[in-house]
Amino acid sequence: MSEAGIQIGVAVARSAAVRGVAPKPIDRAAVLAALGDVMDPELPVLSVLDLGIVHEVRIGPTGIDVSILPTFIGCPALDVIKSSIAGRLAAFGVPVRVEATFEIPWTSDRISPAGLAALAAVGIAPPSAPDEVRCPHCASAEVVQDSLFGPTQCRSLYFCRTCRQPFEGLKAV
Amino acid sequence: MNSASLPTVALGHLLGSMADDEFVIGFSDSEWTGIAPLLEEDVAMSSLAQDEIGHAAALYGLLGELTGADPDALAYDRDPDEYRHARLLDHGRGDWAMTIARRYLYETSDAVRLEALIGGAWPPLAQLCAKLVREERYHLMHINAWFVRLAAAHGEPRDRLVAALEALSADASTVFTPLPGERALLDARIQAAPMAELEARWRAAIAPTFEAHRLTMPPAATSPTKGREGHGAAFAWLWGEFNQVRRSEPGAVW
Repeated sequence: MSEAGIQIGVAVARSAAVRGVAPKPIDRAAVLAALGDVMDPELPVLSVLDLGIVHEVRIGPTGIDVSILPTFIGCPALDVIKSSIAGRLAAFGVPVRVEATFEIPWTSDRISPAGLAALAAVGIAPPSAPDEVRCPHCASAEVVQDSLFGPTQCRSLYFCRTCRQPFEGLKAV
Repeated sequence: MNSASLPTVALGHLLGSMADDEFVIGFSDSEWTGIAPLLEEDVAMSSLAQDEIGHAAALYGLLGELTGADPDALAYDRDPDEYRHARLLDHGRGDWAMTIARRYLYETSDAVRLEALIGGAWPPLAQLCAKLVREERYHLMHINAWFVRLAAAHGEPRDRLVAALEALSADASTVFTPLPGERALLDARIQAAPMAELEARWRAAIAPTFEAHRLTMPPAATSPTKGREGHGAAFAWLWGEFNQVRRSEPGAVW
């Protein structure tokens, strides 16, 4: 999808150039709004903006450049995220390039308040120090950590002694 | 630092050794997928393996940018004796205690090595190390808990841990094997201190745990300069496993 998205973007930009039509200036706010539509494939209640992985968006004469911060170095969702961003921004009709960077580390406090609320709503505890984790179902502090490692690299497993439900929590990194 | 003054050869040795370490321990960890003694540990070892192989991919990627080599070729297409991981990682999966002992010695060593690189003068490596440390913190929490759990147990768990530490002892400090051209990395301020100094820091870091649990500290390496060569039969077997798909369909892409 990313290659296809980029190709479509290039094709549209070229045809505009060939026809001699001045390309419409791209509205930065519209690009950011579009990024708000791109959801994380492993936490599909969070957009890439809510997750805080969008580092820089540069809109220039040669297209749109987006740099993103991987949550985890070996995150297998990274390529899907890049493709999804390129695919969504292809609608702007210019070439789109998406690069991952470690220029600054992604940290879990980059998740937006709306993102934290969305996580809690689906039963995932927001990132916090292990002794400050609260049950996302009943808000109890009587929780135990079952395992530091969970179904994805970014999550740990907990059990709530109050409502007797297992739940997942985002690792604080 | 401009690229002209970059000590490329020495930096290549450093990146290659770190990448091989992470790659080999990652594949060793993945050998527990499906058969770990507890479900939580099955998930943990699989997740650790995914982390380490991801770290290896990032390090091979940096090495590839430096030398023009293909990162996948670096990972999969070399002969077993061309890998430069520490001999600590050459002992085969063994039992659970062996895995805990190996991971403990490796993770504590890696933590000291990363600390020496985080403030380094070559931003791509310094930035990657800053990110690596955040993930390795979880690896350390996991392995410290298991190491102490086995060491503090009575009977078989402790006996097995002691036997594993003994089997690994000659290679325990091999992560700190001096690399060719280390001086150039120190002069360029890419690495904060020589490997000999880092080994001393590592020994100081683990000594309280060994003392508290009456365990024998690992001796000095028997062949201090050959700690990343002569990998032996266990690694030859693992090598045959991890590049099996690659060899069966050369040039295949996902």
